[in-house]
Amino acid sequence: MSASILPLVLENVSYASNGQPIISSVSLSIDAEPSTIILGANGAGKSVLMRLMHGLLAPTGGRVCWSEPDSASLRRRQAMVFQRPVMLRRSALANVLYALSVAGVPAAEREAQALAALDEVGLAHLAQRPARVLSGGEQQRLALARAWALHPEVLFLDEPTANLDPGAAREIETVIKAFDAAGTKIVMATHNLGQARRLGDEVIYLQAGRVMERAPIEQFFARPATAEAAAFMKGELPWV
Amino acid sequence: MGAIAEGLRRVLELDRELWHIVVLSLEVSFSAVLIATALGLPLGALLAVKRFAGRRTVIVLLNALMGLPPVVVGLLIYLLLSRAGPLGELGLLFTPGAMIIAQSVLVLPIIAALARQALEDAWREYEEQLRSLGVRELEAAFTLIWDARFSLVTAVLAGLGRAAAEVGAVMIVGGNIDGVTRVMTTAIALETSKGDLPLALGLGFVLIAIVLAVNAAAQLIKEAAQRRYG
Repeated sequence: MSASILPLVLENVSYASNGQPIISSVSLSIDAEPSTIILGANGAGKSVLMRLMHGLLAPTGGRVCWSEPDSASLRRRQAMVFQRPVMLRRSALANVLYALSVAGVPAAEREAQALAALDEVGLAHLAQRPARVLSGGEQQRLALARAWALHPEVLFLDEPTANLDPGAAREIETVIKAFDAAGTKIVMATHNLGQARRLGDEVIYLQAGRVMERAPIEQFFARPATAEAAAFMKGELPWV
Repeated sequence: MGAIAEGLRRVLELDRELWHIVVLSLEVSFSAVLIATALGLPLGALLAVKRFAGRRTVIVLLNALMGLPPVVVGLLIYLLLSRAGPLGELGLLFTPGAMIIAQSVLVLPIIAALARQALEDAWREYEEQLRSLGVRELEAAFTLIWDARFSLVTAVLAGLGRAAAEVGAVMIVGGNIDGVTRVMTTAIALETSKGDLPLALGLGFVLIAIVLAVNAAAQLIKEAAQRRYG
């Protein structure tokens, strides 16, 4: 594998849907090091910004530039976990195998890698269970296993615990920390301040499609630079 | 009532000739549905996944083709296969092969259009995840077919119902030749016009019973599989 696909640079990126601006001229550089939390209220544009970065949406203005020009290689080296996991109608193991097959991993190596990934998220005992009958938390861990098997350089997470109870959410957070420890760059959208603190190193605060503030996590929570960010934190429950 | 009882009796003591009619009917309709499924599911899946200029027009056309009159399909295939037609050399006219072709053409739009509808709903759910994994359109189409296989049963059954029930197309390209191309629907039409209502009715019962049995079996399998796989 060649040099890193990072930094990811957004130049004046805008996105509008049916004439409604959702993201307005965002310029950012995402580097390999600190785990990045995209923080903001519902409707601030967090999900859309992540999809623009991940390449699921094309910006209506500006440019999204990775340091890797080859789009297939780029796709292969990043992964995304969505708020609602999408599971194929087959076993948990087969869901991971599918991702490996799409990524071009030789057939002989897939099973071992998939089982290792399931083991990493604590789902090895459910490998043969149909994925769609797993619980919400198990499905989200399976989505993480599917990403883990691909060893991505960058992992995008869009509110991965928003639909889960606190116990399941903690298990998800543990896996996300393991990704971080393994050297994967984490970019996570959330509106949960506690989770932002537990998993993030820096915060990008988004409001109405604009980046209001970007700061190291402790600084952001102690001394938010903008009135908007301070108001948002007051409104949220910081201990959740 | 007398005619119905008589019809059932005649069917229950089915002779070889009648068996032949029933078996040929099933062969023709199942073959046609098999061909239409093999072509129609990928076609419907690609229409669900691909975005291209003129896509909406194609979908409207496909939906309209679901209502193709069997006699018109029969006529078109007849013209193609007749001795002077472009495919006349194959010598297929008035053979079961011609009937299979005609029914395939009739059923293909039904299966493709219903599959397109079902798979487009599935695609809405899967699209982001599959694109995130880097799945290409053709691959995505086959993934959708496999994943939505239980909902696609309905599309295939609709096609089978159409094939088993139609008279017009098989009558024109098959010719209703005794012992060669006579199937249940053409036999019913013939017996009715000859005035042998009991036999016509009896054959009607057999036809309905077969369609009912196939649908019931498919529904049971579908439900069991859905419970198993979610």
